[in-house]
Amino acid sequence: MPNTSNTTTISTVGPPSRRNTELALLAFAVLIPCFAYANVGLALNGEMPSGMLGYGIGLGLLGGVGHLVVRKFAPYADPILLPMATFLNGIGLVIIWRLDQSPRLQARKFFQASAPNQLMLSAVGIALFIAVLIFLKDHRILQRYTYISMVVALILLVAPMFFPAKFGARIWITIPGLPSIQPGEFAKIVLAIFFAGYLMVKRDALALASRRFMGLYLPRGRDLGPILAVWAFSILILVFETDLGTSLLFFGMFVVMLYVATERTSWIVFGLLMSAVGAVAVSTFEHHVQQRVDAWLHPFDAFKDGSSDQIAQALMAFGSGGVFGTGWGQGHSDLIGFAANSDFILATVGEELGLAGVMAILLVYGLIVERGVRTALAARDPFGKLLATGLSGAFAIQVFVVAGGVMGLIPLTGMTMPFMAQGGSSVIANWALIAVLIKISDTARRPAPAPAPSPDAEMTQVVRP
Amino acid sequence: MNKPVRRIAIFCGLLILALMIRDNWIQFVQADELKTDKHNRRVTIARYSQPRGNIIVDGQAVTGSQETGGIDFKYKRTYKNGEMWAPVTGYSSQVFDANQIEKLEDKVLTGDDDRLFFNRTVDMITGKGKKGGDVITTLNSKAQEAAFKGLGDKKGAVAALDPRTGKILALASTPSYDPSKIAGAQDEKAWKELQADKNQPMLNRALRQTYPPGSTFKVVTAAAALENGLYKDVDSKTDSPLPWILPDTRIELKNEGNIPCKEASLRVALQYSCNTVFGKISADLGNEKMMKQAEKFGFNKPVDTPVRAVPSIFPKDNRPQNAMAGIGQASNRATPLQMAMVAAAVANNGKLMEPYMVDKLRAPNLNVIEHHQPKEMDQPISADTAHKLQSIMETVVEKGTGTNAQIGGVKVGGKTGTAQHGVDNSGNPYAWFISYAKTDNGSPVAVAVVIEGDEDTARDDIAGGRLAAPIAKSVMEAVLKTEK
Repeated sequence: MPNTSNTTTISTVGPPSRRNTELALLAFAVLIPCFAYANVGLALNGEMPSGMLGYGIGLGLLGGVGHLVVRKFAPYADPILLPMATFLNGIGLVIIWRLDQSPRLQARKFFQASAPNQLMLSAVGIALFIAVLIFLKDHRILQRYTYISMVVALILLVAPMFFPAKFGARIWITIPGLPSIQPGEFAKIVLAIFFAGYLMVKRDALALASRRFMGLYLPRGRDLGPILAVWAFSILILVFETDLGTSLLFFGMFVVMLYVATERTSWIVFGLLMSAVGAVAVSTFEHHVQQRVDAWLHPFDAFKDGSSDQIAQALMAFGSGGVFGTGWGQGHSDLIGFAANSDFILATVGEELGLAGVMAILLVYGLIVERGVRTALAARDPFGKLLATGLSGAFAIQVFVVAGGVMGLIPLTGMTMPFMAQGGSSVIANWALIAVLIKISDTARRPAPAPAPSPDAEMTQVVRP
Repeated sequence: MNKPVRRIAIFCGLLILALMIRDNWIQFVQADELKTDKHNRRVTIARYSQPRGNIIVDGQAVTGSQETGGIDFKYKRTYKNGEMWAPVTGYSSQVFDANQIEKLEDKVLTGDDDRLFFNRTVDMITGKGKKGGDVITTLNSKAQEAAFKGLGDKKGAVAALDPRTGKILALASTPSYDPSKIAGAQDEKAWKELQADKNQPMLNRALRQTYPPGSTFKVVTAAAALENGLYKDVDSKTDSPLPWILPDTRIELKNEGNIPCKEASLRVALQYSCNTVFGKISADLGNEKMMKQAEKFGFNKPVDTPVRAVPSIFPKDNRPQNAMAGIGQASNRATPLQMAMVAAAVANNGKLMEPYMVDKLRAPNLNVIEHHQPKEMDQPISADTAHKLQSIMETVVEKGTGTNAQIGGVKVGGKTGTAQHGVDNSGNPYAWFISYAKTDNGSPVAVAVVIEGDEDTARDDIAGGRLAAPIAKSVMEAVLKTEK
C-alpha cells in the first residue's frame, strides 16, 4: 500500500461520508413517486387515492430503513445508488398501480391487481439489500466462493429447462402454490462473482501469453477455452430456453469483464465476432428468434397477419405521448395488453410522461450504471474492480436490451426493466445487486487506516560507504 | 486496470445515449405519424370520448350520439332516419372508420379543428370538456323525403340541385343502409353483411355510380349543336335523313318506334327523342367538339361536394362510337349528380354553379366558423342557347315523353331517357329523367333521377317518363312548396 494516503489521515475531519446527501436525495426519491401516485388518483377518479398514505409510508420506510442500514454498515458508500434505486422502484409501483386501474386490462382473462404484491416483493428486495449489507463484511470474501458460484450459476441457468415454457420462453421456475421465479435475474449476480474470481486469477495468462497478428493480440488456443465455453453456454440458453435476452446479457457481461481483466481489445473483437456468428446461426434455424426479428423489422405487419401487435402498440404509445406526454393516468398504454406492466412498462412512461419523462428515467438508469463503474474505478482490489464493472455492465446491457426492444431499436427479448417492471425475481435480485455495489463502494471510499508506526524506523540506519 | 474500466464507462454511456436518441426519434420525429397511424386506436377512442357534433338538415340534426357504457368508447354515433340520409352523412363507425361528411368534416365534428382552438381552450379552463361542432348542410328535408320515398324499393338514385347557387337539395340512393347499425364496436356482423350484399346498399349511387345517360344526354348534344352554330334555330329543319347509317359502318341507327324524325327540328327531335337526329349532330360535330361541350358541363373530372363524385365520362372515341355517345350510349357514362348539373346549367341561363352540400360549419357556441359561398363553376352555354334549350325541354314535358312531370302553374322542362347497357343490350335498362322547374325568381330546382330497371321495365323511351318522371315531379314540388 503506497504511503501517499498518509496525507489524508492528517486532516482531523476525515473524508466526507455523504450520508446526509443520500438522505436528502432519498427524500426526493420518495416524494416524487408520492406525487405521481396522487396524480394518478386525481386523473382517474378525481380524488386522492385511498391507498396514498399506506403507499407513501411504505416507500418512505423502505428507503429510510435502507438508508439507516447503509449509515451503520457501509458509511462511506456511494450516496446516489440507494436513492436512484428507490426512485425507480417507487415510480414502477405507481405505474403498476395505475395499470391495475385500467378497465381494459381488468377485462382481460387472468387479470389480478399486481401493485400490492409488488410492494410486498419490493420489501423483500430491501430486506435482501439489508441482509447483504449486514452479513457481507467485505466483498472480497466473495472471492472465496468463485467455483461454488459457478456451480450455483449453472444450476440457476439450467433449472428452467425442466419447467414448462411460459409465453414462448423457458425462463421461469414454476412450483405450484408459489410465485414463479426467474432464476436468470439471480444468476446475473452469481455469475459476475464467478467471472470476477476466475478472471482475477487467470488474467495474466490471458493477457500476456498471446501472439501478435495484424495488430491484434491473438490469445493462445488453450486460453480460448473459457470464452468458448461461455459462448457455447449462451447459445445453449438461447436454443433450449429460447431466451435471447439472458443469453445476450451473460455473454456481454463476460466479454466486458474479460476486456477489463486483460486490457486486450482483441477479446472485444472476438466477443463481437462470436456473438454475431451465434446470433446469425441461431436465428436461421430457431423459429422463435426468427419471429422476434421479423416482429422487430416490421412491427405493423402484426395487424395484417394477426401476430402479436405488442411492439406496434408500444411504438404507438410512445408516439402518442409526444414530448410532454398525456399526463399520469390519461394515456392508453393499456392497449398493449399482455405484459403492459412488466416488459413494456417503459411504454407507459413514454405515453403518460412523454419524451421528457423517458429521458429522465433513462438518465437515472445511466446514473446508476456510471456510479457503478465509478465504484470500479475507485476500488482498490482487482476483484472488486471486476465485480463492480461486471455488475454495472450487466445492468447497462439489461436496460439497453429491454428499453431498446420496447422502443423498437433492437429485437424484443423477454427481460424486465430493472426495479420498475412488475416481477418479484427482478426487483429482489436488483436490490441485491445494488447492495453489492454499495458494499464495494464503501470499501473503495473508506479512508485507509493509518499505518501503524513501524518499529523498524528508528533502527534502520543508512550506512554511508 | 483503470483504462479499460473507463472505456467500459464510455461504452455504457453510449448504450444509454443510443436509447435516448431512439426515444427522441419515436417520440419527437415520428410522433405525429405514430399518433395518427390508422392502427392507433387512440384516434377512435378520442373521437368517441365525447358526443360528436351533429349533421344538420333544415335546422334538425339527422345524427346523434348515445352513451355506450363500453370500455373503449364512451359514445356511439346514432342516425335518425339513417337509410334516407346515409348518402349525405355517410357513416362513422368505431371499428370501420368513417366516410363522406362524417369523415371529411371529422375534425369539426370531434372538435379538433384548428378553428375551434379557442373554444377548446375556454372549455378546458372552465372544465367543461371538449365539444364537437356542427355541420349544417344545404339539403332540403322535404325534397329528400320525396326522393327517398319515390325511389321506394326500386334500385336507383336522385340528385337535386338549386341551379341558382349549386346547393344540393336532395341526394338519395336506394337500396340504402342504416349507418346506426355499423356504428358500434360490436357491429362486425352487420358490416360484413352489408359488404357482401350484392345490391350494394353502401354504394352512394347519386355520386359514386355512373350510368349510361341515354337520351337525357341529347340535351348536351343539342347544346353542342347550338353553341357550335351547327343549327341556329330550334324550330327550323335539321339535316337529318331517315334511315341514317352510322358513319364508317353499315349499321342503321334506329329510332324507338315510328316517330317523325326525318329532318325534324331540334324541338320535335327532343320531343320524340329522335336517335337519328342527335346521333347525326354528334357525328357532324365530331368527337373533339362533343367532348369539349360535355367537359364544360363537368364531364371527365371529379366533383367535390365536398364528398367526391366520381368523374362522368364522355370518351375519346372513333366516329360511330362518338355518334352513339351523342345519344348517351356507347362508353358515355354519367352520375346522377352530373345530369342534374346539366339540367341546372340550362335552367340557370347557362351558368353552371358548383354543387355543394355543406353550407356552414358551426362551433359548439353557435359561432359560424365557415360559410360556403356559391361559386360559378363554368358557363357551358350562352344565355341565348340556354333559353332555346329551355324552350324545347319545356315542350318535352308539355306534350312529349315527359308529360308525367307536369306541375300545375309552374314551367317545367325535362328530358327522359332509357339507357341500354350490357352486351347486346342484354342488361336491364336504366330509366332516366332530368328536369327543372321555373318560377318568377328563376329556377329553384333541377333534378336527375335514375332507376335501374328490372325485368318488367319496358324497353322504350316511355320508361324514363313513366318510372323516373313522377319522382322528379314530387321532388320539384317539395322544393317549390318550401320555396314559397
